This record gives sequence, structure tokens and C-alpha cells, in this order.
Amino acid sequence: MRELDDKVRELFPLIKNNDIAYLDNGATTQKPDCVLKAVEKYYNEENANPMRGIYELSVAATDAYENAREAAAEFINAGDASEIVFTRNASESVNLIAYSYGMSQVNEGDEIIVSTAEHHSNLLPWKHVAEVKKAKVVFFDPEPDGEFDINKLSALLNEKTKIVAMTQVSNVIGRINDIKAISKLVHEKGAVLVVDGAQAIAHIRVNVRELGADFFVFSGHKMYAPMGIGVMYGRKELLEKMPPFLFGGEMIESVTKERTTYAEVPHKFEAGTVNVGGAIGLHTAMDFIRQYGFEQIVTRENMLTGIALDGMREMPYVDIIGGDMVCNHHGIVAFRVEGVHPHDVAQVFADAGVCVRAGHHCAEPLHRYLAQFAGTRINSSTRMSIAMYNTVSEVERFLDVLSSIRGLMGLS
Amino acid sequence: MSSTLYNEIINEHNLRPYHKYKLENANYTLEGVNPSCGDEITLELFIEDGVIKDAAYEGSGCAISQASADIMAEMVIGKTLDEAIHLSDLFLKMIKEGVSNEELEELDEAGILQSVSHMPARVKCAVLGWRTMKEIVEPLKNA
Repeated sequence: MRELDDKVRELFPLIKNNDIAYLDNGATTQKPDCVLKAVEKYYNEENANPMRGIYELSVAATDAYENAREAAAEFINAGDASEIVFTRNASESVNLIAYSYGMSQVNEGDEIIVSTAEHHSNLLPWKHVAEVKKAKVVFFDPEPDGEFDINKLSALLNEKTKIVAMTQVSNVIGRINDIKAISKLVHEKGAVLVVDGAQAIAHIRVNVRELGADFFVFSGHKMYAPMGIGVMYGRKELLEKMPPFLFGGEMIESVTKERTTYAEVPHKFEAGTVNVGGAIGLHTAMDFIRQYGFEQIVTRENMLTGIALDGMREMPYVDIIGGDMVCNHHGIVAFRVEGVHPHDVAQVFADAGVCVRAGHHCAEPLHRYLAQFAGTRINSSTRMSIAMYNTVSEVERFLDVLSSIRGLMGLS
Repeated sequence: MSSTLYNEIINEHNLRPYHKYKLENANYTLEGVNPSCGDEITLELFIEDGVIKDAAYEGSGCAISQASADIMAEMVIGKTLDEAIHLSDLFLKMIKEGVSNEELEELDEAGILQSVSHMPARVKCAVLGWRTMKEIVEPLKNA
């Protein structure tokens, strides 16, 4: 086990020699040197089209790709590597599930329950399925503090419910949802649970079988891997009965003019030349995380979040979404500054070299929903989000700027 | 950058706008939305004999969107439809490609938003009021 301290920041070339406070990790993380080197090494020394070539290079590329699949399966404790489908990102993963499982299993009059805290990625594909299939999207609202009351879900579930879409950690609230309890309820009604793990995967240990997730999706780029590689985990018995999503090369067993037999899972879902470089980057990023272990990562990220929340608590004009308890944030702290629009807040931060995000964070229904409790018409917020490589001085810099914003905007 | 963007003029127009209210005698109303920031304005104009006699707006949004709308309202009052469209085009030109010193002078107080041209994320905020005004005025001119 490698010790996790401020030295970890030195392993990330982009921020190592750059005087910025990078606190937009919920959007994407920076990449460590080992990931960049692994991708470069692949293209320098091992690049070939996997799966099809007989020659050594192609076999090596195939092995590297399949090793990454094994690593991903192990990382989330899937039952088998064939339950891991590589995609571009979490959005594509949900689209795959929606187009394949959703379109084939949801019928007219059925219901799809979607939590109001979902990123648009785990909402819009379901709205589309519902529209096409004349089914209904039912929203599962959180309490004003961001907590989901599981009894409310019980009341929404019925024999018409086919799919429940739920995030493990909201990208705005930051709170961890009790997926294990939710999956139990969902399964009692014979529905399947689609879990968005994009904001959880780099911050807590994920165990898909313990969670009881039927599907679990995440992006590589939010966990120190390159952009363009993501994962769709699905239980094998579900994957096997699902039709393909994308058609083309590499996803077939045989094709004649008359008929096509598709490849076994997971290859059935990976049409076209796959992203081997990305998969190798993801594999390396997973190894990187495991060198430190989630115990250290959680401790460090909570320490940093705690400093942020302590400072923000001292500023009465700062309203933290989801309350000010460290245990409820998982590195994500979205907030409003009284009297200042979130985009102006983020602009002041940007000008001071602090990277934070402003807007509705692709969770517009959630912001509209929460705005009513906050008594504001502003359907957006500013978000700072922490990764394992952030430092105390970055958080202090964030707090310094935050305390200056109202003054800069002409407010006392 | 911050020192030039959030200057006293912008802050003043944002915090104590001159033209942010319901215009009772308005004969043209249009809503403008900037989905990227979530800025919303409802622009109201009183137009008579081809001249914008009065202008006001209501809405919510970031300081840039609201201050820019307030400055726009101030500037178009008393202008003919052609003059208003010309100013709007000039403002857009300033943000998108830059303007000459004479043109900048013509833009008067709106010229202080020039620095937004270097901030792609804020362009839509700055042009919201101007774009909405042009959407009302242009069809009238052609009618």
C-alpha cells in the first residue's frame, strides 16, 4: 500500500506545475503520469486491431483489452468479466441499457421510476424509452436535505414498474444513496435497478453484487483514466437476453445474406473497433487507485471536504446544498452565495485560478426541485468537487476567494 | 480578469437596475432564455411610430446577463428600429469578433462588456438582452 499524502499531486503532470486549484473533479479528473504513459506505450509499442488479427501484436492488444475487462470486473466485484461492457462513458452505458433492455422490456402503460437527483444521463434515455413505448416516467423526489426516503419509493413501486434508475452518489448533493436497500425493494416488485456510479467510483469502494445492482455504469475520465472509455456492468442473465444496441464489426458470430448470429456477451455489445488505449488507461487508473486503497482515499477526501465545510459554515451567506456534514458529501459540495448568481461566483473563482463548476450540473429537474425549498428562483448552483490529489492549500485558496465574492460583486 | 468584468458599472446595473420593472404600457413582450446559465429575461418595449419609446425587463440570472439587459434598455430608449438593430449588431460584433475604437465609442456604456469576448462561457449571458430586443424589433422593421 502506498501512503497517500500531498506528494500524490506530483504524479499528475497537468497540475504539478500549474498554479491552479483544480476543484472540478466531479466534471473530470486529471490523469496521473502512469496512465498517460501506459496509453502512450500502447500506441508506441503494442497498437494493433484487437480480436481479429492472427499476428502477435494483435494478440497482445486483445490480451491487454481483455485484461482491462478482468480488472474492471474485479474493481467493482462483478461475478464475471463478461459482465463488463466497455463503452465511451456513463451516458453511452445508460443509452445502451435503455435502447437494448428498455426498448425490449418496457411496454405501453409500464412505469420507469427515476430519482429526481439523476444526472440527465440517467434521465433522458428513460424519458425517450417512455415516449417511444408509451410508458410513464415516475419521479422519486428526495427530501429537502437531499436524503431519499425509501418509504416513498415503496409507495411508487408497483407491478407496472419495469425499471428504477438511481444514482449511487448525486453529482449535486453528494450524498450516498442506500442502493442495497433500494435494490431489495425493486427486486421484490420484479423490476431492475440501473445505478449511475459515475460520482461514486473514484471515491468509495463499489461492490455491485453486494449493492444488488442489475446494471451499474461509470466513466473512466472521472477516475483518473482518459476520456472516451466507460463501463456498463450488467448481470449476465440480463445481458444474455438483451438484443444488441450498436450493430457492425466484431459483434457477430456469423453473417450470411439471410441471417446474423450475434457474438456472446460482452462482445455482442461492442460493435466496431474498440478503444484499447482507453481500456489500458482505465486499467492503469484502477491499479493506481488500488495502490492507495479506498480507506486512505476516503480519509483524505473527507479531511479536505471537512476543511471546506468548516470554512463555509462561517460564511452565513453561503447555503450548502445537502447540509454541512462531511459524511454526506463524498467530495461534492454544491452551494449558493446569497445575492450572487452561481455563474458570477464561478467567474470570480476562475479569475482567481480556482476551477469550479457552475450551472445546473446536468441535473436541471433537481435544481428546480431544490430551489422551491431554498425560496429562490435560481435553478443552479456552484460546485466544488474534490479528488484524492487535492491539498489543504487548494481548499484554503477556495475559501479565501469565496469569502471575497460578495464584496467584489458590490454587496457588503 | 475579474477586476475588469465585475466593475462598479456592472455591479451597479446588476444590483440597482434602472429598467427592471413591469412596463405598464408595453405593446411588445418577449421572453429570452440562456439555457447554459439559466438566465431568463422578459423584455417589454413600447414602440410607436417606428421608435422605441420605452423599454423595461424583468427576470433573473447572472450579473452579466442582467446588467447587460439593463444597459441595453437604457440605450435603446428613443432609438428608431433601425438604430436599435444597428446597436444590437454592433454589440454582437464586439463580443464575437471585436470592433474599432469608433464603434466601441458608439456602444457607449455597453462597451464595458467587451472583455466578455474572451470568455466563451459568458457570451450568451451578455448578448441575451440584445438578442431578445432584436428578435422583437427586426420583424417590425420588415413588416
